[in-house]
Amino acid sequence: MEDHSCGSIEHIRRRTLLKMAGLSGLSWLTPLGTALARHSEHNPSKRPLSLIVLWLEGAPSQLETFDPHPDTEIAAGSKAIKSRAPGILLGEGLVQTAEQMDSISLVRALTSREGDHERAIYNIKTGFRMDPTLKHPSIGSIICHQLHTDRDRTVDIPRHISILPGQMPGRGGYLGDQFDAFKVNDPVNPISDINAWVDDSEQKSRLKDLSFLDKHFLERNKNNKAVAGSLGTHQQQAALKMMSSEQLEAFNVKDVSESERLAYGDSPFGRSCLAALRLIEKGVRCVEVTLGGWDTHANNHELQAGRINVLDPAFANLIKELKKRDLLETTMVVCGGEFGRTPHVNPLGGRDHWPHGFSMAMAGGGVQGGRVIGETSPIVSKTETKPKSLLKDSHPVKDIHATILSQMGIDYEQELDTPIGRPLAVCEGSPITSLLDV
Amino acid sequence: MNSNRLNLVAKNVLFLLVCVGSGGVLSIFLTSPTALTAPKSWKPKSNRAASVTEVVGSIDSAFDDQWSDAGLEVANVADDWLVARRLSLGLTGTIPSVQELKTLEQQPSDQRISWWVSRLLDDKRTHDYMAERLARAWVGVEGGPFLLYRRRRFIAWLSDQIESNRRYDYLVKQLLTDEGIWTDSPAVNFYTRNIIPDSGEEDKPDPILLTGRTVRAFVGMRIDCLQCHDDFLDNIYVGDPDGPRNGEQTDFHSLAAFFGGTRASFFGIKDISNENASWKYQLLHDDEETEIEPAVPWSPELRPEGMPLRKQLAHWVTHPENRPFSRAIVNRMWAIMAGRPMMEPVDNIPLDGPFPEAMEILVDDFIEHEFDLRRLIRLIANSKAYRLESVADHEITAEHERGLAVFPMSRLRPEQMAGAISQAASLRPIDESAHIFVQLRKFGEVTQFVQRYGDPGENEFEQSGETVTQKLLMFNGEMVNTRIGDESFSSAHIAGLSPDTETAIETVYLAALSRRPTEEEVGYFLQRFEEHGQRERGVMQLYWSLINSLEFGWNH
Repeated sequence: MEDHSCGSIEHIRRRTLLKMAGLSGLSWLTPLGTALARHSEHNPSKRPLSLIVLWLEGAPSQLETFDPHPDTEIAAGSKAIKSRAPGILLGEGLVQTAEQMDSISLVRALTSREGDHERAIYNIKTGFRMDPTLKHPSIGSIICHQLHTDRDRTVDIPRHISILPGQMPGRGGYLGDQFDAFKVNDPVNPISDINAWVDDSEQKSRLKDLSFLDKHFLERNKNNKAVAGSLGTHQQQAALKMMSSEQLEAFNVKDVSESERLAYGDSPFGRSCLAALRLIEKGVRCVEVTLGGWDTHANNHELQAGRINVLDPAFANLIKELKKRDLLETTMVVCGGEFGRTPHVNPLGGRDHWPHGFSMAMAGGGVQGGRVIGETSPIVSKTETKPKSLLKDSHPVKDIHATILSQMGIDYEQELDTPIGRPLAVCEGSPITSLLDV
Repeated sequence: MNSNRLNLVAKNVLFLLVCVGSGGVLSIFLTSPTALTAPKSWKPKSNRAASVTEVVGSIDSAFDDQWSDAGLEVANVADDWLVARRLSLGLTGTIPSVQELKTLEQQPSDQRISWWVSRLLDDKRTHDYMAERLARAWVGVEGGPFLLYRRRRFIAWLSDQIESNRRYDYLVKQLLTDEGIWTDSPAVNFYTRNIIPDSGEEDKPDPILLTGRTVRAFVGMRIDCLQCHDDFLDNIYVGDPDGPRNGEQTDFHSLAAFFGGTRASFFGIKDISNENASWKYQLLHDDEETEIEPAVPWSPELRPEGMPLRKQLAHWVTHPENRPFSRAIVNRMWAIMAGRPMMEPVDNIPLDGPFPEAMEILVDDFIEHEFDLRRLIRLIANSKAYRLESVADHEITAEHERGLAVFPMSRLRPEQMAGAISQAASLRPIDESAHIFVQLRKFGEVTQFVQRYGDPGENEFEQSGETVTQKLLMFNGEMVNTRIGDESFSSAHIAGLSPDTETAIETVYLAALSRRPTEEEVGYFLQRFEEHGQRERGVMQLYWSLINSLEFGWNH
C-alpha cells in the first residue's frame, strides 16, 4: 500500500526500525565492540559527550533564581547576591552557585508559547510544541539515537537515564521506545527490578527453561522474515548483562564518603546529582535529574527559597566536581524549568505562569562561563499585552536544543523520517552562538 | 490386623480418596460446561444462517482473489484456541482463562468462534477496553485542562454506549454536536480536551486541534500539513473522490471554521449563532488574517443547511454516502482486533484508494446494517484472513503481512501484557463475576505495571522495540513474582489438585499460552519437575518461564 502521508518518501517501517535497534543492541554486546571501544575512548575533537539536565519541574521563578531585579517593584522584596562572574547577580539563596558562575552562563530571555505545565514540559524537553499527529523525541533520546561510537559499546547500563522522574521523563517518541529514559528513584535505594527474586541457581534454572521455550518459538517462526529482526532476544541479553554489570555501582551513592555525598546537600536531588556524575563517568549519554515543587501560585518567596536550598549545593557541587575531574569540557549541564513566573505577585503571595521571558542556566561542553544572554525588563505592567517586546536578545526554547545538538556534533537541521515516512527536522532552532564563541 | 496396620491402610485409603477427589475437583472446576453461562447475544441459528455467513464468504473470496493476484502463498487456518486468544487480547485486553478455554472446547467446532465472540461482546471488560482504545484516537491519553476535562467520565460514557450497541454514526454525531457540562454531558470532553490552558483563549476549544483530530479520527485522513501550507508533495487529496485534487491550506481552515462558534464556559460547551461565529487565519502568502467560510473538502452535497455549524459538520461526517467515515472505523476496528490495520497507517486512508476489496465489502455491510459495531466485529472475527496462522512452511515476507496472507504478529501492548499476566495466574476469568477484591487488585496492578512498562499513547499501532526497562520488569518486577509466588492461589492450587504432574504442566500451559504443551515440551518439563523435587516449585518455575517467553509476549 502506498503511503500518502506528508512528505512521503520511502516508508521506514517498524521492521527496519527494529532491525536497526536489534543490530545496534547486538553489536554493543560483543567482546569485539568492547575491545574496539577501549582504543577509542579519547575524544580528540573535545566535543561534549554527555548531557546532564537538572530539570526544575513546576517552573522556578526567574526573579528568585537566575534573573533577579532587586529593589524593583517586580522583585516584591526578593534580594540578589553578587556572583564570581563580574556583573552577574543571582537570587540570594544561590550562594554556592554564585561561586561557580565563572563556569556557568545564563540565557535570560527565553520565550515559549506554552503556559500550561504539560504542554510546556513537552515543549522544553523536545523543542517542539505538542502535535496530536506524532510524539517528538526528547533531547536525550535524540542524542542516544544519533551518537553511536565505540565508547557507547562499553556501556552495559542504559545510555539515557531519568533520576527521580517527574511528570514526563524523556521519551523516544517517533524514534521508538528503546530510546526512552531508564527511570530510577532516589539512588539511596536499590534500583527497581534489577535483582532477581530467586537465588542464582534458581535463576539459572529459570533461564534454562526460558531458553528452551524461546528456541522452539524462534524455530517455529524461522520462515517469518517479516519479524525476524524484531523477534530476537537482544533486549533480554542486555537486561541480563545489566543485572550483573559492575557499572551499576555508579548508582550506589551509599558507599561514597559522607563528606562527598553531603557536599551535594542531604536530599534525594543532591544524591541524584552525585549519581549523575558517576553515570557520566561510565559513559552514559544523558542523565536527567528532576527537582519538583516549583509551582508557587501561593506563598512564592518562601516556597522558592525552600527549593533553592536544595538546588544550590547540588548544582554548584556538580559543576565543581565536573571541573575537578576534567569532565566539564565534555559534559554539558542545563538547569531550568518549563517556564518562568509572573513579574507580579498575586493576592496569595504567589507568582503564576510566565512563558514570556524566563531563564536557563548552562555550563560545560563548550559553553563559555560567566555570560548572560538576553535581558528582561524590570518594569512589566500587569496589563502588558506584548511582553515579548520588553525583552532584549530573546530566544525561543528550540534554540537551546540547537545549541546542545550542534555542540555534540549532531546535524540538528537534518530531517529524520517518522515511522510513517514523514520527514521531520531534528530541531527547528538556531544555536545561541554568543554562548559558545571564545 | 493390628492397630498400626489399620492406621496405615486407613491413611492410604484417605490419601487415595484425596487424590481422586482433588483430581475430580480440578477436573470439574476446569471442564464443567455449566461453569460459564451462555452469552445473552448468542443466537446460533441467526449467526449461522443469516447474512453474517454470506458476507464472511464474500470477504473470504475477495481475499482469495487478492492473494492469488499478488501471487502470495497463504498460511493455514489457526486452531480455535489461538483465535480465541487473539480475540480476547483485541477485545478485552487480556487472555482467556483456563475455564473459558475448556468451556469453549465443548462447543460444536463450527460454532466455537461465533460463540466466543458473543461471550466477549456481552463482557463488560470488552465495553471498557473498546472504550479506552477508541478514546485514544478521539481524545488521546494526556490529562488535558484541569477540571474542564474528565477523561474517565468520557471513557465510562463511551463504555456504556458500546455496551448498548449504539449506532456508531449516532455516537459520533453526539460527540461532534453535544452541549453542556463535561460531567453531565460526557461527550463534550471531546471539545474540552482541546482547550489550551493559559493561552488566553480558554473560552474556545482550539479549532485547529479539533480539525486535525476530527479528520483523523472520523474520516481516517491526516490533513494536518494543510494547516500551514498547500499540499505540494502529492500526499493529500481532497475534492471529488473519483477525481481528486491536491489539498489546499483553505481546505483545512474551511473545516476549522465549523468550530468557529463553539464556546466553553462554566456552563459548559455551547455554540453561538452561525452569524456571529467566525474563523480568521493568516494564510501562508497573505499579509493579514482573513475570514474563512465553513466548507467541506469533498462531497459538499452531503452537508445540510439551516442548522448550527457543528451539526452541519456532524451530518456530513457521518452521512452514509461519506464512505471515508465507515472506512475509518472498519480499518481501526481491524487494527484493534488484529494489532495491525488493513491499510497503514490506520488514520491515513487516501480518499481515492485503492482499497482492498474486503475492506469495501465490510464498509458496505457496515452502512447497510445501520453502523452496527457488533456486527462488524463478528464479520472480522469470522473472516479467514483473521483466522490464519502467523507461521507457515513457506517464507513469510512483509508483503505477506501487508496483504494479510498471514496473521501479522505484534507485541502485546502494555495493558495487554499486564492483563495477560494477571489472567494467567487465575484459572477463572477475572471479569465482572470475579470478587470485587480480585478486580480491584487487578486494576491496581495493571495501572502500576503500565506506568512502569511505558504507554505508547495514541500512536498505538506504531510498533517499537522492546526496552531494557520492560525486560527487567518482566524478569524481576513485583507483579510477575507475586502472581506466581507464594501468594498466588493458582500455583498451589494446580500443584496440589492436579492428579499428576502432566496435568499440572498442561494446566499452566493453558493458563499462560492458551494451548496445550507439545509432547516434547511435556517430556522436557516432566524431567524438570523431577529435578525440582516439589511440584509446586515446578509449577512456579514453569509459570515464570512461560510468562517471560517470546510466545507469551506476542500476539501471534
